[in-house]
Amino acid sequence: MKRRDFIQLAGLGTGAFMMPAFAMGRNVSPEAFLEKSVDVAVKKRLADAALNAAKSGGASYADVRIGRYLNQFVVTREDKVQNIVNTESYGVGVRVIADGCWGFAAVVDVHNEAQMAKAAEDAVAIAKANARLMKEPVQLAPQKGFGEVSWKAPIKKNAFEVPIKEKVDLLLSVNDAALKNGANYVNSVLFLVNEQKYFASTDGSYIDQDVHRIWPIFNITAIDPKSGKFETRNALSAPMGMGYDYLQSNPSDKITGVTTRYNKGYDMLEDAIAAARQAKEKLTAKSVEAGKYDLVLDPSHLWLTIHESVGHPLELDRVLGYEANFAGTSFATLDKWQSKNFQYGSKQVNLVADKLQEGSLGAVGWDDEGVNTKKWDLVKDGVLVNYQAIRDQAHIIGEKESHGCCYADSWSSVQFQRMPNVSLAAGKTPLSVDEMIKDVKKGIYIIGDGSFSIDQQRYNFQFGGQLFYEIKDGKIAGMLKDVAYQSNTQEFWNSCTQVCDEKDYRLGGSFFDGKGQPSQSSAVSHGSSTTRFNGVNVINTARKI
Amino acid sequence: MSIILSETEAKALLQKVLAYSKADECEINLLGEERGNLRYARNEVSTSGSLVNQNLSVQSAFGKKVGVATIDEFSDESLEKVVRRSEELAKLAPENPEYMSVLEPQTYLKSSGFFESTAGIDAGKRADAVANSLELSRGKNLTAAGFLDNQKGYSAIMNSKGLFAYYPSTSVNFSLTVRTPDGTGSGYIARGYSDINKLDTAAATTIAIQKAMGSMHAKALEPGKYTVILEPTAAAVLLENIYFNFDARSADEGRSFLSKPGGKTKLGDKIVDERVNIYSDPTHPDLPASPWSGDGQPLQKVSWIEKGVVKNMVYSRYWAQKNNVQPVPQPSNVIMEGGTATMEELIRSTKQGILVTKLWYIREVDPQTLLLTGLTRDGTFYIENGVIKHPVKNFRFNESPVIMLNNLEALGKSERVVSTESDQNYLVPPMKIREFTFSSLSDAV
Repeated sequence: MKRRDFIQLAGLGTGAFMMPAFAMGRNVSPEAFLEKSVDVAVKKRLADAALNAAKSGGASYADVRIGRYLNQFVVTREDKVQNIVNTESYGVGVRVIADGCWGFAAVVDVHNEAQMAKAAEDAVAIAKANARLMKEPVQLAPQKGFGEVSWKAPIKKNAFEVPIKEKVDLLLSVNDAALKNGANYVNSVLFLVNEQKYFASTDGSYIDQDVHRIWPIFNITAIDPKSGKFETRNALSAPMGMGYDYLQSNPSDKITGVTTRYNKGYDMLEDAIAAARQAKEKLTAKSVEAGKYDLVLDPSHLWLTIHESVGHPLELDRVLGYEANFAGTSFATLDKWQSKNFQYGSKQVNLVADKLQEGSLGAVGWDDEGVNTKKWDLVKDGVLVNYQAIRDQAHIIGEKESHGCCYADSWSSVQFQRMPNVSLAAGKTPLSVDEMIKDVKKGIYIIGDGSFSIDQQRYNFQFGGQLFYEIKDGKIAGMLKDVAYQSNTQEFWNSCTQVCDEKDYRLGGSFFDGKGQPSQSSAVSHGSSTTRFNGVNVINTARKI
Repeated sequence: MSIILSETEAKALLQKVLAYSKADECEINLLGEERGNLRYARNEVSTSGSLVNQNLSVQSAFGKKVGVATIDEFSDESLEKVVRRSEELAKLAPENPEYMSVLEPQTYLKSSGFFESTAGIDAGKRADAVANSLELSRGKNLTAAGFLDNQKGYSAIMNSKGLFAYYPSTSVNFSLTVRTPDGTGSGYIARGYSDINKLDTAAATTIAIQKAMGSMHAKALEPGKYTVILEPTAAAVLLENIYFNFDARSADEGRSFLSKPGGKTKLGDKIVDERVNIYSDPTHPDLPASPWSGDGQPLQKVSWIEKGVVKNMVYSRYWAQKNNVQPVPQPSNVIMEGGTATMEELIRSTKQGILVTKLWYIREVDPQTLLLTGLTRDGTFYIENGVIKHPVKNFRFNESPVIMLNNLEALGKSERVVSTESDQNYLVPPMKIREFTFSSLSDAV
């Protein structure tokens, strides 16, 4: 599902034209979610049929993914339930190497060995048809088989087991609170995902995994009828690799301050009340004066800057040119990495890739080509030290094994290198947000993510936000609006002077990291503590039409 | 039976499903498709694949209580089960105050979007088309990354009041980025057609090669306001943000660029230059599209902006009834009328300006003004005294398409383009715009 489709479905855009058809699965009753998936023994038998057919067709390698993907959306606006969408998508993707070339075929709703064998044969035929366009055969890093294994997300409360009524009641109470506190309109959505993925390969792995994700969001609009101006404020929630437990917040999950922010538990009602008041406050906030400011960036904002300016440029497929026709290439070229002294950021900057982090969107036991997941450094003490690589790329950076970050967004999509969680390590010296702000003379404190754009090699970027507070001589001096900052990736990360300690560390993220052709979405988290960047260029975005 | 049903087969299947219905109202949507793609990079094939998909969706209503269930297996047993399940869901659902009764039978325009030529594409044909492209880039020692994607399919709808509609279509999209080995030049081309016979991958590749070689060693210009000539591929990604925001309800609610103070909208107001005419027409031979909307409403030629004036906004059936106006369904294509100028004339008449061939990573900064940001990419050139002088480094822009269409200087001839942001196909002319706002420079190539 593409980001735009989601925005349209969730009623978060004001879109009108050409709302796409949702080809993400069939609609089912909520009860169907609780039906057990196809038995593991049956999946193994089906998978073996495809693997055997691929091998006898001439494939040197094959893998099979049998996937059942469940989505639930509860969509409301003001006092109405607009939509309750339950979808289930079940099918099989078979990937092979034949004549040194990749081939892939996907089939919906597969139930017998003959269908599996046919998919494998189609994949082999595609590989063979394309092999004449290859100069060098695909090289796979060796991978041991794990036999029959499984992994399950450590959720406390399966959100799919929570009655729809409870979810509807929560969203309608959120909307009601927002309207009572000054919102003119409010859309709220609860978005749940469960990926039941079975992977098997000719390396001898049979891996069964159960992945859960949750994302509660809202969009609140306040209008000044006289001037016709409107302002919005989105939720400060994060999408998480958690169950319904994310919506049961404890006081220890809250970070209080100029506005409350949330860690591993989200108080949607409280945030909606704050959002309604803040959307109204924005209507009369001071329009920012363009110029250089020291930026204090909250994790609810910084995750997106990390995603765009660190996560993407360090994807090895981009660096090598595999994404040149769509997502682009990267400024972080191999020679910079080979020099061992490319200063990606200041000494305070430590960026790690992590597919293990509990509660994150990227956490799984094995990736979608049967590699066990891990954690590794990308930037250490400011210096570029590694990339994100999968099995057919590892040899290019002299590594003997994949990093385990291969992913496909559906059984119908071919798996390829996707971003693991990429996070900024917390500062080692004790430092709170208040202490950080106290030291800033002329700055802006930014909370929440807004508009975002970066060039195809990840040099020049521009980011907005949800809430902007002016900092004058170490104190918050009031709300600003029309703020966006522009910088260059290397310049920006080298202007990082301070990172708050681990007490402030939180995750942000998205379900909709887009890459590839046909385009695929991937869910990814990015953690950080509040961080300071000095002398960043801020523009004023107000216009008249 | 093939996944792609004929009109007769689709009708028979839908009638069978409808016969199981016991609800007050029932509406069934049906689709089938086959897709294939070939992706290449670093001058060789990378990934490729095929997909076979079919889906049947049943909406049952008891009063204003509505349930939807969907299935991708078409056995008699499954078909009855999906109807029963949608009815069970409807009985459990809360009333939907915005539910509109299904439509009576409608008359539709004829639109021909299905081409046997495209329907017959297989893995070998895709490889041939890509080989024609690769041969050229390899021959010039340039690096190509591209994507070829073809689709054939149909959609159909039937309801308990006797409405039936069927629309088969095919499409093929080809896009290519060619880069120079030193990494200082990059060129792009995208082509979208319903009929693959119109696709010439070699000719398209030649254009991308010219742009790649012509954009080497770009010079930096100061950011600021410039006259720009936007090639259709660049213009489309800005214009579609206007199209995406033409919803009457949002405008009435005061949260759209089409809203005015005091709860009014800009319907009937002149919002852009009087040479701007934007409409939709499913029968347009260069951009054939479905003649009916997802709920079976007939789509006709509709003018959205005429001589710069907002003529229509999209009214859902619910919002139209509430406001006592006729519904205006979402269109299935969008066309901006062009002028008469050729690209050469647009360039020749420019004293100082920038030729923009592609824009990238477009995001809305402010929904009130439709202010967008993004960057130029894959070939940006400086024009002086009517000629292209040299390539320039890429810029970030901050501009609203509404302001842009007020600063219109000239329009060229419309052509079919593929949006590099949404993958939608449009007819869009090249256009010359004054005072386009570039706010910073990028080192990206």
